[in-house]
Amino acid sequence: MSATAPRPNGAPPGAVAAARRYGEVVAPYLVLAAVWQLAALAFPSYLFPPLDAVLARFFAIVTSAKQFTDVLATLWRILAGLAGAFLIGGVIAFVMAQSRTMDRFLAPILTFFQGIPALSWVVFAIIWIHGIELRIFVIMVMTTLPAFTFQILGALRAISKDLFEMVLSFRPTRWGRFRVMVLPSILPDILTAWKVNLGNASRVVVVAELVGATGGIGYELLQQQQLFDMTGALAWTLQLVFFVLLVQRLLAWIETHAFRYRAASEHSL
Amino acid sequence: MTAGPGRLEEPVVRFDRVTKLFERPGEGTFRAVDDLSLEIHAGTRVALLGKTGCGKSTMFNMIAGLLDPTEGTVTVNGRDPFREFDSFRGKLAVVFQNDRLLPWRTAIGNVEIGLEMLGLAPQERHDMAQRWLTQLGLGGHENDYPHALSGGMRQRVSIARAFATNAGLLLCDEPFSALDEITGQRLREEFVSLVREKRKTAVFITHSINEAFQIGDRIVVLKRPARIAYDVKISPDLDAAEKEAIRARILDELSA
Ligand SMILES: Nc1ncnc2c1ncn2[C@@H]1O[C@H](COP(=O)(O)OP(=O)(O)OP(=O)(O)O)[C@@H](O)[C@H]1O
Ligand SMILES: [Mg+2]
Repeated sequence: MSATAPRPNGAPPGAVAAARRYGEVVAPYLVLAAVWQLAALAFPSYLFPPLDAVLARFFAIVTSAKQFTDVLATLWRILAGLAGAFLIGGVIAFVMAQSRTMDRFLAPILTFFQGIPALSWVVFAIIWIHGIELRIFVIMVMTTLPAFTFQILGALRAISKDLFEMVLSFRPTRWGRFRVMVLPSILPDILTAWKVNLGNASRVVVVAELVGATGGIGYELLQQQQLFDMTGALAWTLQLVFFVLLVQRLLAWIETHAFRYRAASEHSL
Repeated sequence: MTAGPGRLEEPVVRFDRVTKLFERPGEGTFRAVDDLSLEIHAGTRVALLGKTGCGKSTMFNMIAGLLDPTEGTVTVNGRDPFREFDSFRGKLAVVFQNDRLLPWRTAIGNVEIGLEMLGLAPQERHDMAQRWLTQLGLGGHENDYPHALSGGMRQRVSIARAFATNAGLLLCDEPFSALDEITGQRLREEFVSLVREKRKTAVFITHSINEAFQIGDRIVVLKRPARIAYDVKISPDLDAAEKEAIRARILDELSA
């Protein structure tokens, strides 16, 4: 893994590698920013506001208690919705993995639900439910539940029969089976499922808030649209994007540290 | 137990007219074990020989309670290993044909699996696992993950994992096949003295007639599908000519 490229004279060994790693992380964002800045030079600023204005607005949101509360509300809704879908989906997936009958019964229902667009759930929830938080929670759960369930079910099905029977030969308790065999083997897939669903949830939450809430990033975006304020729209959007990036980084970090045991070929795929 | 004078000791493993069929999608059923009857008594070391695919691993899986016989009964210590599954905790241990190490556990973590199921305290099981790894020549590799171990090392970890539980019945599916001559030789000797010392019962599968002679005090040769073709006691005072005759008979059965 460690690169053994020739080092410039006198530079401490780790520094070059560290600078390079840092550069690799930052480079894509620098390119994005540069392209935007070029567009800002070419078009009127109400269409493509300059970056410094967007960043100033971004920090204004972060430092204003009232506005940052809106950001936190949205993040909380994403995480609560995902946690709800994960728990319910986990239980359903276990039931389906245990029983063929339940599998045959539940799989078509989940597939049916998977076909319902997020926007339809928003409409249904507004008609059915009055409490805003509950309404958004239901939307978040219903839109991510089928995918979560199928992902966990896939992970359960992929558990190695050989390894499972090896563990069984020691006669574990039910909890022992789960702790020693089931959990560690599905964990990598669960992490991947969270990554995928986090992206979906962060898109759905904005739609849910846009029409069904009185606060949150989606609600604020609606305000910016009514004011025709592109700077504000970008600054609010970036709050969400940065949050998703942050959580993705965290999950990626967990992945490289918790799954060190996985051997990689010296060839790429 | 309740065995009075004159009554024969209850065998540790007993196959009573056992048949095992496997479903083959679209092709009917496949007979892996055919009307097999066999008794294995406490304290013996039985070597199972047989052509590849003759049903040896299938027999093991039935003794271990992982497969249910299609017909007939398998009993271990007088119980049904498949239906009374949990009652065998700590009573039998299996060295599988492939090492079956959990990739997310280190060598020592793998050896501790069985000890965890027995409810040993963390320190106790760590020490025990450490002792077994050292005995099998894996000192210094305790914290390596399986992908970083060689095939023979992995096999030794899986032997340590089975033996560490101190079970009375050992089922070993070609345990020494992935080892070099010297290491294999040393482990075979240690295996025999361990089983003897602790009065364990051992059934092991091998493809080597020499190994069968070296470890076993009884050799069972199987036909395909699994059924007894030849069953012979190997007493230590056989002379060279008698051994040669037995060897010739085994070869004969294997090439039939
Ligand atoms: N789960 C299964 N489903 C279908 N067929 C099976 C199954 N397990 C084993 N068999 C078949 O049963 C036969 C016996 O298999 P088994 O693994 O017991 O052989 P073996 O004697 O251990 O062979 P080897 O010496 O090569 O390990 C084989 O022909 C195999 O194809
Ligand atoms: Mg086999």
